[in-house]
Amino acid sequence: MPGRRRIPRDPREKADRLIGNILLAIAFSAVSILLLLTLFIFKEGLPIFSKIGLKGFLLGLKWAPGKGVFGILPMIAGSVYVTGGALIMGVPLGLACALFLSEIAPLRLSRVMKPAIELLAAIPSVVYGFIGLVVLVPLIRSVLGGPGFSVLASSVVLAIMILPTIISISYDAMKAVPVSFREGSLALGASKWQTMIGVLLPAARSGIVAGVILGMGRAVGETMAVIMVAGNATTVPLTPLDPVRTLTSNIALEMGYAAGDHRTALFATGVVLFIIIMILNVLATRITRSRIRASFPKPHRVSSETASATGSAEGGERR
Amino acid sequence: MAEFGIVEEYDPLEMKMEVRNVDLFYGQHQALKGITLPFREQRITAIIGPSGCGKSTLLRCLNRMNDTIEGTRVTGHITLDGDDIYAPGTDVRALRRRVGMVFQRPNPFPLSIFDNIAYGPKVNGLKDKERLRHIVRTSLEGAGLWDDLKDRLDGAALDLSLGLQQQLCVARLLATKPEVILLDEPCSALDPISTLHIEELMRELSTQYTVVIVTHNMQQAARASDYTAFMLAGELIEYGTTAKIFTDPDSERTEAYVTGKLHRT
Repeated sequence: MPGRRRIPRDPREKADRLIGNILLAIAFSAVSILLLLTLFIFKEGLPIFSKIGLKGFLLGLKWAPGKGVFGILPMIAGSVYVTGGALIMGVPLGLACALFLSEIAPLRLSRVMKPAIELLAAIPSVVYGFIGLVVLVPLIRSVLGGPGFSVLASSVVLAIMILPTIISISYDAMKAVPVSFREGSLALGASKWQTMIGVLLPAARSGIVAGVILGMGRAVGETMAVIMVAGNATTVPLTPLDPVRTLTSNIALEMGYAAGDHRTALFATGVVLFIIIMILNVLATRITRSRIRASFPKPHRVSSETASATGSAEGGERR
Repeated sequence: MAEFGIVEEYDPLEMKMEVRNVDLFYGQHQALKGITLPFREQRITAIIGPSGCGKSTLLRCLNRMNDTIEGTRVTGHITLDGDDIYAPGTDVRALRRRVGMVFQRPNPFPLSIFDNIAYGPKVNGLKDKERLRHIVRTSLEGAGLWDDLKDRLDGAALDLSLGLQQQLCVARLLATKPEVILLDEPCSALDPISTLHIEELMRELSTQYTVVIVTHNMQQAARASDYTAFMLAGELIEYGTTAKIFTDPDSERTEAYVTGKLHRT
């Protein structure tokens, strides 16, 4: 076209681009810190694998840094037991609580209770550990026997610590379930309870699972509270009353004075921990994402069809 | 208003449900004002009126779905086969089995097609697998879906098109063997062809069930119903045969609405 004119450039465009680039640099630096951190941990930790072998390290039952023996199976088992115990106690309790807040409690009550529960997450972990130390450990010692410092004590403390995560994420997942599902169920003669079990939980399942996995991640990664109540013995615990050492505790307890192979072995412990947490996080994001795709009516498609349907079928005689 | 005139017109024997002098309040707000209306057995009654006139609210009184909304108060009488459904001690769950509802937006559960239909019988205590399979089949047949869906009963109900989802909701309802079927703007989310399917289905259902449909689509009411009630601002303006309401209504306001001259008041 001959008469085409250019729209003059807006001077603000330049400023926009500048700000965009600055933000990009900041975002990139955050990512690169993560990258460097990962590289560093792996660089420091990997040599131990070539020295004593992957199998010897992961499946070795004995941890004796003084003698150059580095087997972290007791710590892996410790982390698994303690986390498992926390989930066994925390998940049912958290789900029940989320169900209550989302489905049964009057709105006014849940408006107060939910922030209160979320506040639990803001309490420093050392406080949980301290309460575990002065209340829980003596209680277990006197009632159930054993040293008190145990898998059980750690699991209980962790169960409480992961409650806010599980409750808050499951609650959001339940609240996101459309009212129409509940109404559909009630209209078929289902009770409130049947509606919760039969429709609400399946509909919110992926969100609930994501909440549990994030809670699990928190339990695996928690260090301070566990150190204070676990007893930290480097043996595979045989009963819930035995003392236990987790992967995180292992690093925190010994890094202060470790050198040489010992130090490398601790970094390798970090590598193992890192991989576990990564897997849990990837799982959690996968599941939360698939929730939007799979189990709810697709919002975009629905709304566009609605618009075209009302437009062609009813729009004419509406007014 | 000639509400008592209306009541005397019909034979009580053919009446399935009756609404008499019903007021409904949401907190302070009065959503229904002195509604009196019959629903005849094995007939389709359409309730029409502009948005917010209370037609859906009235429908939700008939299976007491309004109970789920906090602060709702209903006075007056609503009867099903002569029994007051708001009487103290009424088994609301049994009522909802007898008076089933299809919602505005298709709301199949995030379960398989089979489990969606088996849901109603299951929550009402049926466990026998063979019987469940039979019910699923007859319900799908009743909703005209069996041939389309028989090979993918294990597929997710939410993967169906919206039209099929709504038909599935009808099938799900049939599985609880209702006597009255309430349809709350069942086609407002559907395309014209699916709408036609639902209307045909309604026709078929009315040979066995009492059907009540709320719609803001007047052509739909004119096409598919035997009786029509016109509501405005929480009041029943006129009730009569669909032919009369659409061709020779008594009330000027009805006439204005059905001819498209009434603007929102």
